[in-house]
Amino acid sequence: MGQNTLTAKPEEVIILRPSRGWSALNLRDLWVYRELIYFLTWRDIKVRYKQTVLGAGWAILQPLVNMIVLSVIFGSFARLSTEGVPRPIFTFTALLPMGLFTKALSDAGRSMLSNRSMITKVYFPRLIIPLSSVLGGVVDFLIQFGILLVMMVYYQYTPTTAVWTLPFFLLLALTTALGFGLWLSALNVLYRDINYILPFLTQLWVLLTPVGYSATEVPEQWRLVYALNPMVGVVEGFRWALLGTQTAPGPMVAVSAVISVALLVSGMYYFRRMERTFADMV
Amino acid sequence: MSDLAIRVENLGKQYHIGAQVDRYRTLRDTIVDAVRRPVQMLRGGNSASNDSIWALSGVSFDVHKGEVLGVIGRNGAGKSTLLKVLSRVTEPTEGYAEIHGRVGSLLEVGTGFHPELTGRENIALNGAILGMRRAEIERKFDEIVDFSGVEKFIDTPVKRYSSGMYLRLAFAVAAHMEPEILVVDEVLAVGDAEFQRKCLGKMSDVAEQGRTVLFVSHNMSAILRLTKETIVLEKGKLVLRAPSARAVDYYLTSGFAQTGEHFWQPDEVPAEAEPFCPVALRVRNAQGRVVDTVRSTEPVTIEVEYRLSAPLSGLRVGIYLLSTQGDLIFTSFDTDDQAQYERHTMRPAGHYTSRCQVPADWLNEGRYVLGVNASVFRVRRYFQDEHALAFNVDAAGAPGMQWVEQRTGLLRPRLSWRIDAS
Repeated sequence: MGQNTLTAKPEEVIILRPSRGWSALNLRDLWVYRELIYFLTWRDIKVRYKQTVLGAGWAILQPLVNMIVLSVIFGSFARLSTEGVPRPIFTFTALLPMGLFTKALSDAGRSMLSNRSMITKVYFPRLIIPLSSVLGGVVDFLIQFGILLVMMVYYQYTPTTAVWTLPFFLLLALTTALGFGLWLSALNVLYRDINYILPFLTQLWVLLTPVGYSATEVPEQWRLVYALNPMVGVVEGFRWALLGTQTAPGPMVAVSAVISVALLVSGMYYFRRMERTFADMV
Repeated sequence: MSDLAIRVENLGKQYHIGAQVDRYRTLRDTIVDAVRRPVQMLRGGNSASNDSIWALSGVSFDVHKGEVLGVIGRNGAGKSTLLKVLSRVTEPTEGYAEIHGRVGSLLEVGTGFHPELTGRENIALNGAILGMRRAEIERKFDEIVDFSGVEKFIDTPVKRYSSGMYLRLAFAVAAHMEPEILVVDEVLAVGDAEFQRKCLGKMSDVAEQGRTVLFVSHNMSAILRLTKETIVLEKGKLVLRAPSARAVDYYLTSGFAQTGEHFWQPDEVPAEAEPFCPVALRVRNAQGRVVDTVRSTEPVTIEVEYRLSAPLSGLRVGIYLLSTQGDLIFTSFDTDDQAQYERHTMRPAGHYTSRCQVPADWLNEGRYVLGVNASVFRVRRYFQDEHALAFNVDAAGAPGMQWVEQRTGLLRPRLSWRIDAS
C-alpha cells in the first residue's frame, strides 16, 4: 500500500555482506555520486579562499616565491642548464604542474583523516574523498597558468604548435597525484606516520624532478630510469609544449605514463581493499 | 516485487578492542606486533579471541514496507552498530542483509557541515553528502529553509549560528531527503522541546506516507507512540521482537539483574564519557542494605558511584526515576541545591559517591526504573544511561492498605487529611 506514494523508479536493492580479499572497483557507484565529487571539490576551494587573508593570492604568491628560491639555488650556485630559456620562466613552467602535484598529493594523503566525521556517519564511495581533494588544486593551477601567460608575453615566448598536448600532460600529473594519493590516504588511516612523511616526500619529489634544472642534465643512459618518476615526463612535456625546449615526448613520456597508470590502478584497488575498515579505524 | 524493505540474516559485527582503544596503529606497532606474534604463537597463546568483541551477533529480522520498527536496548547493546551496518557506513563481519531502496538516516544530521560556509552553501553540500540530486535540493530549498526557521541567516556562515539554529538547519536538510527507508537514532535527545515536537511530527509524517522507519530511542514513550512493533537488543543479540508495549515492558522489567545494584561494564561506557567513569548504581533500604525491593513506608537511598580521571568543573550527577511504561517521574541532580552547587563547582579527580534519599510514604507499589546522567549544563553530556537499574516497591503498611484493591498511580503519598463535620 505504501508503494504508490513512492517514486516509480525501479527499486534499488542493496546487498550487504562481508567482503573478502580484493573487491571490484565499482566505478558505477562513483558515477552515481558524481555530484558529490563536484560539491566536495567546490567546498575545499571555497573554504581555502575564505579562510585565508590573501585568498586566491596564495595561489600566485606561492609558486612565485618558489620560482625565486629555485632560480637562485640552481642558477647562481649550481649553475645547471636551462637550455637557453630565461631561468624564471623555465622554472615557473615546471612549478605549475609540480605545484599541482605536490598539493594534490599532500591534500589527498590527509583527506581521509580530515573528513573523518563524514566517513563514520554516511555511506558514499570513499574514493570520492581523495579524488575531490586532488581536483581542488586545479583552480589554483588555472590562476597560476594566467601568471605564466603574462610571463610569456614579457619574455616574448609564443606557445609552440604542440600546445594542444598540454591537457594530456596535465592529466598525467593528476593521474599520478591521484594514484599515489590513494595509496597514501589509505595507508594514513592505518599508519598515522604518513602525516609526518608527507612533507619530506613532496620536498624530495620536487628535487628529483627537473624543476630547477633540465632533464638533459641527466646522463643519457639514465634518462629512462629517471622517467620512472612520472613527473619527469609531465614537466618536460610542459616545457616542450609551451617554451619549445628540445625534450619532445619520446620514450621518457611513455615510461612516465605507464608508471602513472599503474600507480592509479593499483592505488584504486588497494584503496578499495582497505575501504571496508575505514569507518572502524579512522 | 515483494513488500520487503529490510531483511537481516544472522548479521554480526566484530570489533577489535585494540582498534577501538588506540583507534589507529603506527608503523612501530605493526613492526613490534610482527615480531611479537610468532613468539606468542609459539607459546600457544591465542590473542585473537580476547581482544575482540562482537558488537552484534546472529541478528535476524525482516521489516516490511511501511512498517515503523522500534529498536531498544541498553548502552552498548549494539543499536548504533546495527544502524551503521544497515546504512552501509561499516561492513558486517558475518551474515547478510538486503535493503530495498534508499536509506536515509537522521543519525547523521549536519554531517559535512562546514563552519566557514553559509547556511545556503551548507544545505547544498549536506544534501549532496546525503545522496540528494542537485535538482532535488534546489526544488526543496525553500521548504528546507522554511522548516529550519533560519531564513534571516541563510547567507551567514554557520559558525555564527547558535547551536540550536545549527541543529535545526541540519535536521531540516536530513528531514527532506525522502528516502524509502528512514533510520532515526536519538534525535530526540537534542534540541529544545519545540524542535523535538517538530522532529516527532516529521517522523510520523514519514511513517504515514508509507515509508519504512527504523527508530532507535531510549525514550520509551516516543517508542510507544510511534511504533507498533519493537525489537530488543541485548549484548549484540536480538532477544525479543514483539508489539511495542510488550517489548518496552520486557525491556524495562526483565532486562535487569534482580540485585538492587548495577555495575557498568567497560563496553557499556562510551569513550566520550572520559573523564567520567560510572562504577555502580545502588538502591539501599532504610537499614542500608543493597536490596531489590524496598518498602513504600521507608525512605530509600539511591547512590551513584563514579570515578573522575581528571578534574571537572560544573559537573552534575543525577538520576531519573521512570515507570515501567517509560514515563519519567522525576529528574534530580546532586548539585540542585544552591549551596551544594557552590561547594562542588570544581570536582578534583578521584572516587565519588553521590547519594540521595527518596522520602518514605511517597512511591506507590510497583516496579520502577532508574537512570543516570552526568553532564555539565549547556556544555557537555558525559554519560547517560536512561535505564540502568530497576527495583520494586512493596506497599505493606502504606496508606489505604485496609482495602484490598490495586491503588493506581505512581505515587502513594501519606497526606494528612482533616475531616470536618459542619
